[in-house]
Amino acid sequence: MANTQRPLSPHLQIYRRQVQMMTSITHRATGVALSVGTLLVIWGLLELAAGEAGFSRFKEFLGSPLGLVLMVGWSWALFYHLCNGIRHLIQDVGLGFEIPQFVRSSWLSVGGSVVLTVLVWAYVWMAGGAA
Amino acid sequence: MSAKEGVVKDRRDPLKVARGLGSAKSGVDHWWIQRVTAVALVLLGVWFVVTVLCLLNADYATARDTVAKPWNALLLIAFVITMFWHAVLGLQVVVEDYVHARWKEVVVLVAIRFLAVLGVLAGVLAVLRIALTP
Repeated sequence: MANTQRPLSPHLQIYRRQVQMMTSITHRATGVALSVGTLLVIWGLLELAAGEAGFSRFKEFLGSPLGLVLMVGWSWALFYHLCNGIRHLIQDVGLGFEIPQFVRSSWLSVGGSVVLTVLVWAYVWMAGGAA
Repeated sequence: MSAKEGVVKDRRDPLKVARGLGSAKSGVDHWWIQRVTAVALVLLGVWFVVTVLCLLNADYATARDTVAKPWNALLLIAFVITMFWHAVLGLQVVVEDYVHARWKEVVVLVAIRFLAVLGVLAGVLAVLRIALTP
């Protein structure tokens, strides 16, 4: 090994923050969060199969303050991972590799996920759910 | 280029091209399956969110009847399998990147697979129970 005192690259403390860094690590973080969220889907299906009492307990949990916080978080994570996932699929076919396009599509993923989350929760609120 | 054409066509080492299925022994399967499940999940995920939103104020019987409809049951099973498959592939990359002790890495990867298989079986069994119980 050569001189190990030299800084590592990219040296995160002095590396200029770019939106692409954040979209990349957020994609991973939301992916991990959604993997945990799969258990909620399975719990809901099991309760639905088990009977009415269990299912109302499940719905009660979703409507509780903790449940609502988790659901808002997971819905945003889902929409972010969806938008940014589509962005990565587009990049996989070789499109959008110019730096300005990269920055713009990053912001599109972020904006799209926020818009979708707001729309869904506005619908939930208007439909009188979330309780 | 002033160099003699045809003598040196490519200066890259031919070894850069992986032989057979490469050192991973599975070719590009991991990468490719993650993309294919991603495309499937774009469609299934949007369908799932819309279906759940339609059931917002539904009572138990309505929710059960909706899941029991043949197309819904089929798509729900497809969603559960694809979701866990995609999650396993994604979590595997995260674990491989951040867990540096080999034995811990293997333990976590196997544990994730066990959990995912249990999750798939539980989800599929639940949907089948709802769909096949009159």
